[in-house]
Order: sequence, then C-alpha cells, then structure tokens
Amino acid sequence: MATPNFKHALFCAIVTLIIAYPILGLNLVAQGTKVGLEGATTSTVISVVLAAFVVFFFQLFRDSIMGNLGKLPKLNPLSGREPMPQAKRAKLESWVLTAIVVFALFWPFLVSRGSVDLATLVLIYVMLALGLNVVVGLAGLLDLGYVAFYAVGAYTFALLSQYFGFSFWAALPIGACLAALFGLVLGFPVLRLRGDYLAIVTLGFGEIIRILLNNWTAVTGGPNGIGGIPEPTLFGMEFGRRVKEEGNTSFHETFGIAYSGEHKVIFLYLIALVLAVITALVIRRLMRMPVGRAWEALREDEIAARSLGLSRTAVKLSAFTIGAFFAGFAGTVFASKQGFISPESFVFLESAIILAIVVLGGMGSQIGVILAAIAVTILPELAREFADYRMLIFGAAMVLMMVWRPQGLMPMRRIHIELKRQE
Amino acid sequence: MQDLLYFFQQLINGLTIGSTYALIAIGYTMVYGIIGMINFAHGEIYMIGAYTALIAITGLATLGIAWLPLILIVALLCAVIVSSSMGWAVERVAYRPVRGRHRLIPLISAIGMSIFLQNYVHLAQGSRNIGFPALMEGSFRFGSAEGFQLSLSYMQITIFITTLVCMTILSLFISRSRIGRACRAVSQDLGMANLLGIDTNRIISATFVIGAALAAVAGLLLGMYYGSVDPLFGFIAGLKAFTAAVLGGIGSIPGAMLGGLILGVAESMTSGYLSGEYKDVVSFSLLILILLFKPTGLLGKPEVEKI
Amino acid sequence: MLEVSNLSMRFGGLLAVDQVSLDVQEREIVSIIGPNGAGKTTVFNCISGFYKPTGGKILFEGREIQGTPDYKISRLGMVRTFQHVRLFNQMTVVENLLVAQHRHLNTNLLAGLIKTPNYREREQKSLDRATYWLDRVGLLDLANREAGNLAYGQQRRLEIARCMVTEPKLLMLDEPAAGLNPAETKDLNQLIVSLKSDYNVSVLLIEHDMSLVMDISDRITVINQGRPLASGTPAEVRQNDDVIKAYLGEA
Repeated sequence: MATPNFKHALFCAIVTLIIAYPILGLNLVAQGTKVGLEGATTSTVISVVLAAFVVFFFQLFRDSIMGNLGKLPKLNPLSGREPMPQAKRAKLESWVLTAIVVFALFWPFLVSRGSVDLATLVLIYVMLALGLNVVVGLAGLLDLGYVAFYAVGAYTFALLSQYFGFSFWAALPIGACLAALFGLVLGFPVLRLRGDYLAIVTLGFGEIIRILLNNWTAVTGGPNGIGGIPEPTLFGMEFGRRVKEEGNTSFHETFGIAYSGEHKVIFLYLIALVLAVITALVIRRLMRMPVGRAWEALREDEIAARSLGLSRTAVKLSAFTIGAFFAGFAGTVFASKQGFISPESFVFLESAIILAIVVLGGMGSQIGVILAAIAVTILPELAREFADYRMLIFGAAMVLMMVWRPQGLMPMRRIHIELKRQE
Repeated sequence: MQDLLYFFQQLINGLTIGSTYALIAIGYTMVYGIIGMINFAHGEIYMIGAYTALIAITGLATLGIAWLPLILIVALLCAVIVSSSMGWAVERVAYRPVRGRHRLIPLISAIGMSIFLQNYVHLAQGSRNIGFPALMEGSFRFGSAEGFQLSLSYMQITIFITTLVCMTILSLFISRSRIGRACRAVSQDLGMANLLGIDTNRIISATFVIGAALAAVAGLLLGMYYGSVDPLFGFIAGLKAFTAAVLGGIGSIPGAMLGGLILGVAESMTSGYLSGEYKDVVSFSLLILILLFKPTGLLGKPEVEKI
Repeated sequence: MLEVSNLSMRFGGLLAVDQVSLDVQEREIVSIIGPNGAGKTTVFNCISGFYKPTGGKILFEGREIQGTPDYKISRLGMVRTFQHVRLFNQMTVVENLLVAQHRHLNTNLLAGLIKTPNYREREQKSLDRATYWLDRVGLLDLANREAGNLAYGQQRRLEIARCMVTEPKLLMLDEPAAGLNPAETKDLNQLIVSLKSDYNVSVLLIEHDMSLVMDISDRITVINQGRPLASGTPAEVRQNDDVIKAYLGEA
C-alpha cells in the first residue's frame, strides 16, 4: 500500500481524535460557583477511539471503497430505468396527493387527541415548507429569514384579537396579506442582491423582527408573549365548553352531542388540512403559469431572462411575496392552535428547520416536501431520545444532501408545458 | 469632562470587542476571497475554540497549576489546535465535495454544518452557559473618585496586544511566506494558479486552518472577557464578524480589521447611549445598508458582471 | 431607428469603448467587425442596457435610452443573443419560447389561477407563435426536448427564434456563426436575410466570419481597440487602408 495514503489516513485519524476527544471526552460541570472537569463515560471514549479507527481505515482504503461504491448503484434495479414520461408522472403525483388528502380527512377520527394535535403542527410545517419551496426551490432565492413572515402572521392575529376582538376567520386573510406586504416591502430593496448576500440579509431581517418583537413590550408583551388567542369558530359555533363571545352558540349544544375537547382539536386540524391543500393546489397552478416559468427562467439564467424583458425585481418579488403570504397563513393557524405566542417560537432555528424540510423533501415534487415535513416533525415525537439528536441529524442531513443529491433541491422538476402535435 | 470620559469608555469597550470581531472576520474574508463562499460554520469554530480553551484552563486548574502565563499559553495552544483541526475537517467533509457547484449549495451545506456543530457541542457539554474563571482582574482607572471613572482593564489590554500580534504575524505570513504568496495567487485566479502548479486544495485547506486558528484566539479572549460560553455563543458573534467582513469589503484582510473595529465601536456606542437591547439591531441594519448601497464595502474591489 | 453617437465605456482605468458612433436604419443589416477585444460586445452590452455607458448618447426611435434597464430595452423592441449561447437549459424548447413572450401573456395571478378565457386565449396564442417560429427555424420536432440537450447549431437557432417571438424591431446578434459548420452558416445567412425581407426586422450583427458579413451587410462599422476605425458599405470597407492595416497588422 502506498505511503502517502498511509500518512494521509494517519493524519485524518489524528484530526478525528483532536476534534472529538476534548469536546466529547472532557465534560465541563458546574460545581457550585466553580467549574470542574469530568471524564466522560468509558463508552464515549471507546466510541471516539473507534471513530478514529474507522476514519483511518476508510482513508487508507478510500480508493477501493469508493470504487466499489461506484458500482453499487448498478445493483439497484431502478437505476437503469428510463425516467417516467412526464404525463404519467404528473398523473401519478396527483393520485398520490389525492390519496394522502383523503386519508388525512378520515384519519383524525381514529386516533388520539395528541396525535391530531401533532398532525396539525405537521400541516403547519407543510404550509410553511410549500411556501418556502416557492422562494428557494422555484425562484432559487435562499431566504433565511422566512420565519419572520410566519411571525407576522401569528402576531397579526394575536394583536387583532387582543385589541380589536377579531375572530380567526377575519384575521386569516389579514394576517396572510400583511405577511405578503412585509415580504413586498422587505424584498423590494434586497432582491437585487446576489444569492449568498441575499441569504445573509434575510437572516438579518428575521433577527431584527424577532428582536423588535422581544423589546416592544408595550404592544407585543415582549418575551412574555401574547396569550388568550381565540380558536376558530364554525359559522359562529364555538368549540369550548362555554360560549365566550356574545351571540355565538356552542358546537356541542347545537348538535345535541356531549361536549368533548376533541371536537376542537379535530376542527382545527381540518382547517389546517384545508388550508394546506389550498396552498398546495395554488402553488401547483402557479408553477404552470407564466410566473412559474419566469421563476425558473430567472433561476437558470438571469442575464438571458433580463435580455428577454423579464424584470428581475418583479419576478423575484412575486416569489418572495407569495412565499411570505403562505407563511402568514401558517402563522395565523399556529397562533390559533397554540393560543399563546412569544418571540421564542420565531428564532432562526425555525427558519433552518423549514429550510431543512425543503432541502430534504425537494426531490422535485410536493409529495417530497409533505413527506419531509411529516418526518421532521413526527420522528422526534416518536422517539424521545431522538429528539435530542434531532438538530444534529438535520444538520448532518443537510450537508449530506448537498454533497450527494443537490439536484434534490435545485432543479425542482416542474411539469413542463408540452407542445401537442397537430397533424 | 464627565461626558468625555464616558465617551472614551464606550470607545475603549467598542475597540476591545471590535478587535476580536476583526480576528473572526479574517476567517470569513480569507475564505470568501479564495473560493467565494460564506463559511457559515465559522462562528461555531470560534465557539469550539472558546470551549476548548475553557476545558484546558479547567484541566490545568485541576492539576493545580496557577501560573497565569502558562495557563494562557496552554489554553491558547489547545484552542488553536482543536479549532484548526475542526476548520480543516469541515472543509474536507462539507465544502470540498460541493466546491464549484451553484452558489447556494455550499452555503446550505455550511448552514447544515453550523447546525451540526452547535448541537455537537450542545449534546457533549450541555446547553447551559458555563462560567470562565476570572483569571485576569483589575484595571487602570482614570478620573475623579466621585464621578465617572474611565477604566481600562488588564483583560482589555491583553486583547489589544494579542490582536495586534496576531494581525502582524498574519500580514507578514501573507506577504512573505511561500504559502502566503500562493494564497494571494489563488485568490486572484484559482484556475490559473492551478495551471501554474500550485496545489490549490492545499492552499484552500491552509486558508481554513488559518481562519480557524484566529477564531480560536478570539474564542479564548472573548470567553475570558465575557466570562462565560454556551453553544449558541458562536452564532451571533459569527454574524457580527461576517458583518465586519462585509463592512470592510469582503475578500480584503485590512478591510476585515477596519470593519471589525468600526462595528465594535458602533455597537458599544449604541449600548452606551441608547440601549443594549438594540445593539444587534444596529449591526444587522448596518449589514443590510452596506450590502444595499456599497456591497463592495469600504476597502473591497468592485466586481464587474460578466456577460 | 437606432443611433449611437460618441459612445464611451470606461471600466476603472480601462477605456473599453471610446467615442464609437453607428446607426441602423429600418430594414437594414449593419455589422460591427474588428479584432478580438476591440470592444464590440461592450458596445452591445451598452446598447442592450446591461452596462450603463460612461459617455455618449443612444437613441432608439428618437428616444434617448442610454442607462435604461436591460429588461425595459428589450420591451422597446431591441432583443439580443449572446456570444456564448444562453438558453434556459432545463426548460423545454417550447418553454424557452414561452418565457420570451412573458409580456404578451396575461400575467395576472388571479386570471391564471381561475383560468379566465382571456388567459387561455393568450396562452394559446403564444403557443401558436412559438410553434410558428420553431417550424421556421426547423426545430419543431424537438419542441418538447430540454434545451440543454440540443446540438450547438440547434441551440444557436433556438436563441434566434426566442428573440423573434418577442416581435422585435431590431435584432442584435453577437457572433451567431461562431462554432457553426459551413452548411449551418449558409442556413444562418438565409435566415438573417429573410428576417429582414419577410419580417421587417433590422439586424445589428457582430461577426468574425467575413464571408457572411460581406455577403449580407448593408453597412459595416469597424472598431479597433475601442475606437471607430471606418464605416461604410462592404465594398468601401474592404478597400479602406486603415482596415487592411489593422487586420494585416494583427495577422
């Protein structure tokens, strides 16, 4: 075996030890006012050493391992297959989506209240991710401050209900439109920036909005947030045990059934489902419209697009605004579901999670995004131990996706318009 | 007189923080200058430097060593070694495979890396912030005993001197050494440097290692200055340093130094005269305004759009 | 219809274009020639709005347009191709032509969402126009292919078709014959001439292929090192001493 390979492998193994041992193997613990140092458990130390060995042998036999890996995909029976014709693909996709929606309609009546509540959260993330997918996946604009528009939607509803007694249904369009307006106003000056600068600027905007929410205590309640946000009503019927608002009736009395806390949860879930379906349908349509083509054109070759009369600002702004609109939608639902919001819910990490969903699910279809939203939200709930490792795994997954399957994100497969031959 | 002293106090505080921003900013600016990517995980490298330094300091204290210069030098060395290795590994694992792809791909990879490292430390060391022992106390004081006293702490002096030494070494290294010359060549034209037989992979690795080492120095200094670390310690500082790099003109090393100092002063003036709560708002707004109106920063070179 | 006078463009210390003047009349093919690096493409970039010229005037149909943003210039009826073909590679051939007709389409979001009759009609019209031009440049059979998979000569033709669907008054072609074989160049020659005769389009052309330039141009402007060297009919330019010197001196 070649010496340079051996040297390199040894070097990599030592680096592994250096970056792993001090942080993992020596734990800082507070002892009263002082700080002490404790050695980690033997198993941790063994894992670190083991990791170093793995790295060593991987680097040593790197060429042959990679060579063999290169052959592996050939074993996959699907890899050699021609891609499905797009008409068939489109049909299959709408079938699967319909099936998912039908299943989602009946599902809440079969499971526990906690599961339905969680499913509502999943739907909120679906809306957010579909909206962000317009911005990142279709228009190719990396928005790291997406959560700001989510916050605008949530706070709009919270404030309108607190100060003016607005109901969910009145606040929903206002919240979404206000978020879109924010997108328009914030987007206008920044969208001419280059991609990576745009990412950082949107991150800055997101942080500024959060800090303002945190410090404008007189209106937003600062870090204490706003509580008592009302739930949605069904044609004036409330879902609480007692009617809170004058003139409303209660759901269980109208229908003469026993009061159950589940009604409210299921109702909210159904609203979220309807809104998520609307989001998905609208975006599917947009993708086939001139504006969808303009997004893709601008993403692929901005200079050519401009030379053909497409205004860079107008096209990007449309994507940014539409994305913000759906974030506002999701925010209103979120505020209603939680009944309480605070700036805590709108930190950068939340933007990162939504981005992770888009990245993981952006295999080219909305199904991908929906599945990713389900996975990202539910996995940590299924396994509590997993919850701790959730963000660690997301981070690693984002890196791996970019290294191995970036096409999952960038060229979102739009359904192409086809020219039908008139013979 | 009182007002003047107060102003100078803010200035000193600002320059202290600013010089550490400058140290971190150099990592951003060098990487951007060479491969044109924003190393989003750089703030985490800095945070890991601070943690390593604290581990080393605590370890030495456990062994009963109390001679300050020795503690500082050992902590500095440990932090630099661990952070540099981390910088090297991060580039190998997350950036090299995606180099040259669409601009957003390395950036998303870097965001993933940043989240990964934050949680790596979070899981290993807990999420609570951990106090740095007070190693260097005391200060020079100026002004009357009754009124406002201007104080210049030993810690601040240490920060100034260390930063100055690091910057001098870096400047000499870039202008004199073979690797430094190669660095400059690669940042001018990567493809051409490759053709001329410069091992560009090596140079890019070197850039990451140098940037990480400087960030580790900043990690030790700021950790001691603030008195505590936590896993989120790097995120905001990283953003600030990035702002500093953009302010000075990303890609320019003197620009990063200048940008760091200006940003530090702007922040401490905001804290001193307005409210500490809004200092982040001020620096983010500064970032946005610069990118909008002078994206090349103070000392950067303009880019011509190629058609 | 296009009148460029004393155009100058400076990048830092470099004067890339210095006092260049030229004009294009209706239904005329005008060529810009000159050695590599003479500043021809920079002139194009100034006219098409990608660069803001540092001096001089550009008049299009009597309006001053220097410094107008690129997308507005193309909407005025001046569309260009690029030296290195710039297609939307992952979109299909027909979609490339649809994107170009953006301003002819009903881009009202609501109209598209509920598919109003007006929306459908315009969408159909632009599909028809795309079909016509694909047929015209011989790419109809490839309409549903991804543009990036076309052969080089086909990509060149698609780029011209993409300009033509915008119904321009002035077409600006930047080295359209580069990389084409003699047969393809001959087709291009005929295509350009027919654009002028059948569709009343004026053409401003940058080209190195002298036989093509001499054959189809009504007038020629020669640029050397950013400065105008000569201009006139092909016959005049061919006999101009300065031009001969510049070309022979370079060779």
